[in-house]
Amino acid sequence: MVSGRKARRITLKDVLARRDLLYSGHRACAGCVSLTVIRQALKAVERPTIAVSPTGCAEVTTSIIPYTSWGIPWIHSAFENAAATAAGIEAAFRAMKRMGQVKEIPDIIVFGGDGGTVDIGFQALSGAAERGHDFLYVLYDNEAYMNTGIQRSGATSKYAWTTTSPAGTVIPGKPQWRKPIALIMVEHRIPYVATASPSEPMDLINKIRRGLDAEGPAFIHVICPCPRGWRFDPSKGIEVARLAVQTCAFPLWEARWEDGQLEFKLTGTSLAIAKKPELKKPVEEYLRPQGRFRHLFEPEKREDLIADIQAGVDAEWAYLLKRAGLA
Amino acid sequence: MVVEQKVIGMTGDEAIAYAVKQVEPHVVAAYPITPQTIIVERFSEYVADGEVRTEFVPVESEHSALSACVGAAATGARAFTATASQGLALMWEILYVASGLRLPIVMAIVNRALSAPINIHCDHSDTMGARDSGWIQLYCENSQEAYDTTIQAWRIAEHPDVRLPVMVNIDGFVLSHTLEDVRVLPDEVVKKFVGEPSVPKVRIEVPADGGGTKVVEVDYKLDPWAPYPLTMGAFAMYDSYFEYKRQQEEAMKAALRVVEEVGREYGELTGRYYGLIHTHQIEDADVVVVGLGSAMGTASVAVDELRREGHKVGLLRIRCFRPFPAEKIREALRGVKAVAIMDRAMSFGGPGGPVYTEIAAALYTERERPLLVNYIYGLGGRDISVADFKKVLLETLEVAEKGEVVEHMRYVGLRG
Repeated sequence: MVSGRKARRITLKDVLARRDLLYSGHRACAGCVSLTVIRQALKAVERPTIAVSPTGCAEVTTSIIPYTSWGIPWIHSAFENAAATAAGIEAAFRAMKRMGQVKEIPDIIVFGGDGGTVDIGFQALSGAAERGHDFLYVLYDNEAYMNTGIQRSGATSKYAWTTTSPAGTVIPGKPQWRKPIALIMVEHRIPYVATASPSEPMDLINKIRRGLDAEGPAFIHVICPCPRGWRFDPSKGIEVARLAVQTCAFPLWEARWEDGQLEFKLTGTSLAIAKKPELKKPVEEYLRPQGRFRHLFEPEKREDLIADIQAGVDAEWAYLLKRAGLA
Repeated sequence: MVVEQKVIGMTGDEAIAYAVKQVEPHVVAAYPITPQTIIVERFSEYVADGEVRTEFVPVESEHSALSACVGAAATGARAFTATASQGLALMWEILYVASGLRLPIVMAIVNRALSAPINIHCDHSDTMGARDSGWIQLYCENSQEAYDTTIQAWRIAEHPDVRLPVMVNIDGFVLSHTLEDVRVLPDEVVKKFVGEPSVPKVRIEVPADGGGTKVVEVDYKLDPWAPYPLTMGAFAMYDSYFEYKRQQEEAMKAALRVVEEVGREYGELTGRYYGLIHTHQIEDADVVVVGLGSAMGTASVAVDELRREGHKVGLLRIRCFRPFPAEKIREALRGVKAVAIMDRAMSFGGPGGPVYTEIAAALYTERERPLLVNYIYGLGGRDISVADFKKVLLETLEVAEKGEVVEHMRYVGLRG
């Protein structure tokens, strides 16, 4: 069962009428996209809701005592246990409802970075998904350990420079392709998995609502370009996210398991590209504005490495088209 | 008025599971590990048979077990978990989160040695390493005490002056897998004794109507229906972190009083009174053996036998190791000539085992101090017998007579 609660589609008018639940005054870097993503996501709040964050950028920048940016109840416990913490919260309300102490179980939403989700927090996430706890896990993916100063993670893109995958004279940045976390979550057979981009906010907000309404675990992978870590101008975060989608480096899709059947579909710009392949931009356009890929262009252009990334992107795109029944 | 109680044959693990069933917490999140496994097995049977309304979360690791308890307790719900040895080691990080967030979680620990080499049997290395994690630690001598202490643990943890998580410790296999007669209270008496869970009020500053701010009191819990949402587990810098830690120390001090109050109240109900320390034959003793856990039952037999032979020996069992009842121990050991301190854990490279160093520190401020001998025993489940304890006591009587300690640290039952 995907959904017990069928919410009306959230419109731009709704979004404008809803107050922000992530307050200004937080300490994130200029141009930080992760908090923009959380602000967008909280526009989908329609019921009593509790938020959970693992240790990470969004945690340290929003909760420095004596201030808080959170307009809903929020908890941080540690780095690798956000999913387990959310599971405990859900279990508690389930029991309280059974004992007649609360009338309903609130929505529970986790906002975790890639380190806390793809790497150190993956075991807790996988376990909670297998047990079927009813919460939405939102991964704001800035593709490295940005909070500790740009170290590579399992989500870092291939050949990206980070402080622990430096672009050296022998090794040109991170040698490995990133972990396909959203597809791994689909294979957990949970009711709802999606990818989203802050460059398509209404798509993102409605996916968050669908994830919250799903009965059982839901997972949404959001791309979060980081001006500090990806080395671009702080005003360009949303543009870089848009390029990721337009080049198919980060395709948008959603997957629902319902009655043992998987419904897998491309959404937004990615669906448009599937219908009209000439809209697909070369990945170079996404790589070029980012300083973390500068070594692919200077001192000389590394056509071989760019072609390697393009091949990886094409293969993933072909796989998704097939998965969506469009190839 | 002592309540009428039923006698049930149970192992230590089963006695704990039975007490938890009677308390009926909202969430039990646990992972199997020998020799704790029986607790989660029994409890999952209670859940499967509908005997409790508890949500049982069979997590994928101990780290997640305690993390789920943190999440549950943060909503104001009651949470319980149980573990041993490596499982406690894996929880380490979250032990400090639970106590730092002041969440009254109750955890049963079935004490077991730590790897390597891997060993599934009893010693206290697991919890002794966690002695500074901000958890209250209560060590039981038998299964009856395991049952009784599990019930008392909720009252201690949730006391408004305390608000700290509690570890209820029993010795692996010695207690966990050994059948004993356990007197149990009726369910409704247990429910009444522990009462409804409560959360303290905290003051937060919120925006006021018409600008500015105001201070409001809110429940310390994640409550999505509350008028003012609470941020928990926030980021404390050098301008506030220190004060949080200082408050935890105050809570520990209060726990010294609360453990005794709750133990007394429980005694009035059951006829079984509990305190911070338990003593046996120490009034006129020249030599006292000090330790904790099940071995102290064995030690008491040795004390009685030596008393019959005319030796002035006694016993002091520490039930509450954290907070450490230094004053009680000072009082109890006044006038004693020599003390044998039993440690079932090592502090490698330290001046002695954990119990030894605490007692030595507690006695340092005394004008007249007894001589101290540290005995390391029972690591990895090595048995300790009445004869071993008699030897320990006779050796310490010799120390008392000579007036000097030649060997500060000795090993009981060690080969070679």
